[in-house]
Amino acid sequence: MMEITLQHYLILSTVLFAIGLVGVMRRKNLLMLFFATEILLNAVNVAFAAISSYYGDLTGQMFAFFVIAIAASEVAVGLGLLVVWYKRTGKIDLDTMTSMKG
Amino acid sequence: MEFYLYTALFAPLVGSLFAALFGMSKKNVIAGIIPSALLFVSFLASLKLAVYILGGGEPIHVELMTWMATGDLYIPYGFIVDEVSVTMMMVVTTVSTVVHIYSIGYMDHDKGFNRFFAWLSAFVFSMLVLVMSDNFLGLFIGWEGVGVCSWGLIGFWYYKESATWAANEAFIMNRIADLAMLIGIFLVYWNTGSLQYDDAFAAMPALDMPTLTMIGIFLFVGAMGKSAQFPLHTWLADAMEGPTPVSALIHAATMVTAGVYLVIRAFPLYDLIPNVGLFIASLGAFVAMFAATMALVNRDMKRIIAYSTLSQLGYMFVAAGLGAYWVALFHLMAHAFFKALLFLGAGNVMHAMHDELDPFKMGALKTPMKWTWIMMTLASVALAGIYPLAGFFSKDLILEVAFVEHHYILYTVLLLTAGLTAFYSFRLVALIFHGDDRHSENGVHPHEAYNFMLYAMAPLAILAVIAGMVFKTPYFEMVTQLLPAIEYHVHNHTVFWIMTIGTQLFVIAAIVYAYKKYAKAVKVDKKVESGILYQLLYNQYFIPQFYEEYFTKMYRELSDMMWKIDLKIVDATVDGVANIFYNTGKKTHTMQNGNLSTMLRWMVIGTLILLVLAAAFYIGQSDGLAMLLSGLGVI
Repeated sequence: MMEITLQHYLILSTVLFAIGLVGVMRRKNLLMLFFATEILLNAVNVAFAAISSYYGDLTGQMFAFFVIAIAASEVAVGLGLLVVWYKRTGKIDLDTMTSMKG
Repeated sequence: MEFYLYTALFAPLVGSLFAALFGMSKKNVIAGIIPSALLFVSFLASLKLAVYILGGGEPIHVELMTWMATGDLYIPYGFIVDEVSVTMMMVVTTVSTVVHIYSIGYMDHDKGFNRFFAWLSAFVFSMLVLVMSDNFLGLFIGWEGVGVCSWGLIGFWYYKESATWAANEAFIMNRIADLAMLIGIFLVYWNTGSLQYDDAFAAMPALDMPTLTMIGIFLFVGAMGKSAQFPLHTWLADAMEGPTPVSALIHAATMVTAGVYLVIRAFPLYDLIPNVGLFIASLGAFVAMFAATMALVNRDMKRIIAYSTLSQLGYMFVAAGLGAYWVALFHLMAHAFFKALLFLGAGNVMHAMHDELDPFKMGALKTPMKWTWIMMTLASVALAGIYPLAGFFSKDLILEVAFVEHHYILYTVLLLTAGLTAFYSFRLVALIFHGDDRHSENGVHPHEAYNFMLYAMAPLAILAVIAGMVFKTPYFEMVTQLLPAIEYHVHNHTVFWIMTIGTQLFVIAAIVYAYKKYAKAVKVDKKVESGILYQLLYNQYFIPQFYEEYFTKMYRELSDMMWKIDLKIVDATVDGVANIFYNTGKKTHTMQNGNLSTMLRWMVIGTLILLVLAAAFYIGQSDGLAMLLSGLGVI
């Protein structure tokens, strides 16, 4: 049985982050974009918690809580907007949202 | 007494600011009346101060506030009213008040009426700062202020090409001289450690001769510019482009006398360097003659009077250069009265003649313009120096100074010039007021100026008559409290009477000749006019052409060259930098297509680039690579 070290956690975090990043870049569905963002945030949370435990310093875990709180509020606001958008247009495709074109 | 000092000084400023409030709006008589009234207040305050100083009062010295205090340098906004400055204040405020009131009538139909008074009062304020300052730097502020205001007033009719040209010429000529003046001031500070008159002059006797000579010369070059001495004289005649009251002000009170004032104010310095003084006197005599000859043949009424000023300034410099500072100041005062009167009279004539300046196209104005005729004749008699008018007491005194100091060449030159002065003054009077009627054919119907303008001129006429007789003794007793009290008397009585009567006869002869030649139908003598001497004088010794040919053109070519360099290097650099940003923006703005997906991709790319940069920077550090690798667990 192999011991799970800090490196394993960090590798997991990196892999999650990469998945989230690809999701952010490739997905066209706004809901999927939210999922990808959540993955990104949680990848960071994993890294925070692991490093915090490794050093015996609670700051990192505290930070992870902050991130969770912010993610929750972001989703609350974001999903609200998404629902309104869907009711108006019937679509949540990113490519149709170009009204902010500069 | 401080109250009067500040009133005298700041009333014109308030007047100027008041008129400036109306600067952009339509003509409003109040913008002329209030500044004039305030100037009259300033005159009353000066009068009060003059009475106080005349009564033997101590000079008033005040410090309004500190201006600069760094290290050893301490310069306050300090003002002094002593015997010299109070004389100047009286001259300046008297003439300016008259000119202001006169201008209400003269500028009556001008669109820039309000603007005119703003400039005019500012001009007087600058001059008062100049004469009342207690240090060289304060004097310099006034000096520059006078320069700026003269620029604004000479170029008052800015839509006339010639007026703006003349304004710029006056300004630039004065700048050239001001450079020398500034160097002189720096030298004073450098060598004496102070710019206050008292301290600086007290420290001067301890300095060595070459330094003092340098200071004296540089300061005098500054004075030459302002007082239009050769070779910086051309601006004065061209400055006639301005409205006539401005000419009266420039010539009598607020500008050209500043140079003479500077030399008088710096008398402790010039007393130490008699050689420079002699140079000043010689140049003065030369200019007196030089300007008078140009006035002989000129065909522009105002220019003739301008050259006459130039000539009289020469007289003042002769007196100042020979150490007779009080005589110079006295002539300055007397001259201010009759010269202002002459100019204002010329203004009346110009109005009557619809801005015609050539006296050969006038004639026989004696009847329609009786009062102007009387006053201009009085002024001319005073200028010529006939007993008992003002000019006799001041100008003959300068002749006596030259004689007593044994400078017989200067004396002869000045004597001849006195004859020329009488001739050209009365040539002008005769051409304008006597002789045959040459203006009717041009469809001009002359009329006398407004009554209040004539009343405004009256005090000057009275002063031109009595200034010499009445003021000489009290003035002498007052001013010699400060200036060296040297009395100039020809000791031999016979010589004295021969000189005085001889001069008078000579001058009268010149007047009679002028009347004889010009007071009847004018015959133009073609032979004389095509003669080389006439042409030389008529073209002002070709000096303006010379300057144009050898300085202006060269400077222009140099400027053209520099302009090209400026275009190729400086402008190109600035434009290049701007273009880089502009083009980058133009190329990259397509990124902002409004699609969130694309933007996110760009964001990720940006993050990656930043990461790579951070890594590169980290590796770039010493042993950074090793640390990175060990961190990754490679080694």
